[in-house]
Amino acid sequence: MSHNGWMETGVAQSDASLRRFLHGLPGVDEVGARARADVLASRSIKTDSKRQAIDLAISMIDLTTLEGQDTPGKVRALCGKARQPGYGAPPVAAVCVYPDLVPVAVAAVAGTGIHVASVATSFPSGRAALEVKLADVKSAVAAGADEVDMVIDRGAFLSGRYLLVYDEIVAVKASCGDAHLKVILETGELSTYDNVRRASWLAMLAGADFIKTSTGKVTPAATLPVTLVMLEAVRDFAAAGGRRIGVKPAGGIRTAKDAIRYLVLVNETAGEPWLDPALFRIGASSLLNDLLMQRARMATGRYSGPDYMTVD
Amino acid sequence: MRFDYAPAPESRSIVTLRDSYGLFIGGEFVDGSSAFKTISPATEEVLAEVTHAGPEDVDRAVAAARQAYERIWSVMPGRERGKYLFRIARLIQERSRELAVLETMDNGKPIRESRDVDIPLAAAHFFYHAGWADKLGYAGFGPSPRPLGVVGQVIPWNFPLLMLAWKIAPALACGNTVVLKPAETTPLTALLFAEICQQADLPPGVVNIVTGDGSTGQALVSHPGIDKVAFTGSTEVGKEIARVCAVSGKRVTLELGGKAANVIFDDAPVDQAVEGIVNGIFFNQGHVCCAGSRLLVQESVADEVLSSLKRRMATLRLGDPLDKNTDVGAINSRAQLDKITDLVSSGDDEGALRWSAPCPLPDRGFWFAPTVFTGVSQAHRIAREEIFGPVLSVLTFRTPAEAVEKANNTPYGLSAGVWTEKGSLILWMASRLRAGVVWANTFNRFDPSSPFGGYKESGFGREGGRHGLEAYLDVLGGGDV
Repeated sequence: MSHNGWMETGVAQSDASLRRFLHGLPGVDEVGARARADVLASRSIKTDSKRQAIDLAISMIDLTTLEGQDTPGKVRALCGKARQPGYGAPPVAAVCVYPDLVPVAVAAVAGTGIHVASVATSFPSGRAALEVKLADVKSAVAAGADEVDMVIDRGAFLSGRYLLVYDEIVAVKASCGDAHLKVILETGELSTYDNVRRASWLAMLAGADFIKTSTGKVTPAATLPVTLVMLEAVRDFAAAGGRRIGVKPAGGIRTAKDAIRYLVLVNETAGEPWLDPALFRIGASSLLNDLLMQRARMATGRYSGPDYMTVD
Repeated sequence: MRFDYAPAPESRSIVTLRDSYGLFIGGEFVDGSSAFKTISPATEEVLAEVTHAGPEDVDRAVAAARQAYERIWSVMPGRERGKYLFRIARLIQERSRELAVLETMDNGKPIRESRDVDIPLAAAHFFYHAGWADKLGYAGFGPSPRPLGVVGQVIPWNFPLLMLAWKIAPALACGNTVVLKPAETTPLTALLFAEICQQADLPPGVVNIVTGDGSTGQALVSHPGIDKVAFTGSTEVGKEIARVCAVSGKRVTLELGGKAANVIFDDAPVDQAVEGIVNGIFFNQGHVCCAGSRLLVQESVADEVLSSLKRRMATLRLGDPLDKNTDVGAINSRAQLDKITDLVSSGDDEGALRWSAPCPLPDRGFWFAPTVFTGVSQAHRIAREEIFGPVLSVLTFRTPAEAVEKANNTPYGLSAGVWTEKGSLILWMASRLRAGVVWANTFNRFDPSSPFGGYKESGFGREGGRHGLEAYLDVLGGGDV
């Protein structure tokens, strides 16, 4: 079965056929989705389950630096932190950098099992010609990135040119080779949960391995209700005979408490199979130190303070 | 990976239980004739001994309320009454954790619900009605509507403090004094509320609380010194009260049972509809008069909705009500558990198909797993009688007209739910459903400004909002102009 074979027939032939499919998905009631996210956010995760959740969250982090001022030195330091977060914590899942810094990251995490993710497709706006975007992807993959985080064309999506968005994802996927493809929906620009659900399905149909909330460059970035809607989408996609697609909230997740709330959401929405770095990632930079601080507190009973956490 | 949540119990230490409680009459706790025990339904542990009020105790309470009515409360300016109500509202907020823990201990409901729903709403009812106390002339019942006098109020065990607030707040705002009888199995938060009245310096006799069983309630509602009766509880008892009041000329409002239809159309937002079904019937273990106990789902999406519902039900966490992660708590009493069990076995006998969430039940206490019956027809007892437990009966329909016909085909008419993305269909349904409350794309949402009450055998009179004031004002007598 090809990645999109189970419903390839008919759906992705035109904007109209895609619209019929995407707009035929059950709607999302905004008030209800927020209320559900609020209830799950009020779960109280203590003692052993908190310990377990902290280590799981660390192992799911895509440790990220995406700044114009990034340098090889900065990326090497980030990779050092990724390999060895400190305090006996497990390594993170991946580092996430711009394409030109992929070679530095690949060298720095070689042999560790840590993945190298590269943003591509004219991140973060995605406003470039398709061939430029594909060249961006190919250069990242050629440099050794084994995960590619692409952005969708939000302008096309919002104006109903679904086939264009679909075709771009298909083309990027083809350019990825063996690299895993994460499709960034930039939910902060999609404005409704109905759009989040439709964009999720569009990306999954087109061959995404992961659907990701945000670039981190737009406010709001990841939120619990948006992630809830995306987790429902991957759950329903799998239940309808599709593959298991991963979910990655990114941006704005800074505290251990936040991260644990996301894990609760995964646990009670998509369920146990998704409690795995292969199917759930958290895109973050400062989150790691808060998780480490909580981890140290649980081990020693004391808060050690931010000065004891390395800043890389 | 399996992610189990470690126990996260809310501490009981915030609650100071006395060994025994008297009756709250004339601003003081006084002894009564005999006593009974109140237990925790989750553990069957005895929590405290409570006084059983006999007819002579009810006499004393009514006399205290009459005196307070005539000498103080009915002649006090509305803005002064409002101050007391604001003070009570703030004290409920200040002592909200204590009230929530005590409510959960005595009632068996999850702490998440008592903490996030019962207690905040109880405070909200006092705040809302405090605001009305000096504005009654603008409520649409004449320039100076008068109170009725002494009100006898009998409340149920499903939302003990919240039902107390629904009863006491409007009565006091309108200038009446009250004698309230909490339910036999859940008297403790009402007694803590009595302490709050003392703390607020509420004049003695304005609020009187008499604990006891059905005989105490009977003595109260038939007492000649009562001007108005307000009752929330079973339709059976409600009918009896209506009979008593009809011959004595007392004013009466009744909020009784229900068998609400929750109607899911094929274009509904499915994930939120499933949450609405769960919230509609498993909230408070289904001990909700307006519970969405009949699911009416359009045939074309019935399989999809049911499989989503069962998947969701399998994640419900049943157990220790004080655990902050518990979704479904204990059944309130042995008697209620027996009633649920009896109705569920009638469902089996009449040929409906039962499915229960696969959650282990604790060894002690009263428990019932969240249950759904499919293949239910309108003729089944489980489709007609109020179960008042975590048991959902699923029926299907083909057209909106059939949905309305089935939804209305019940002697009750308290609430209904409609789930569709189509606004015009919501309005079409709402104008045809004979129910006091119709929720659209939500369920079991309450607000003090929204009137609540029933059609048909679900009772009469409204509670909350401007409409709710009418029940506590002499709108028929015209007041003094």
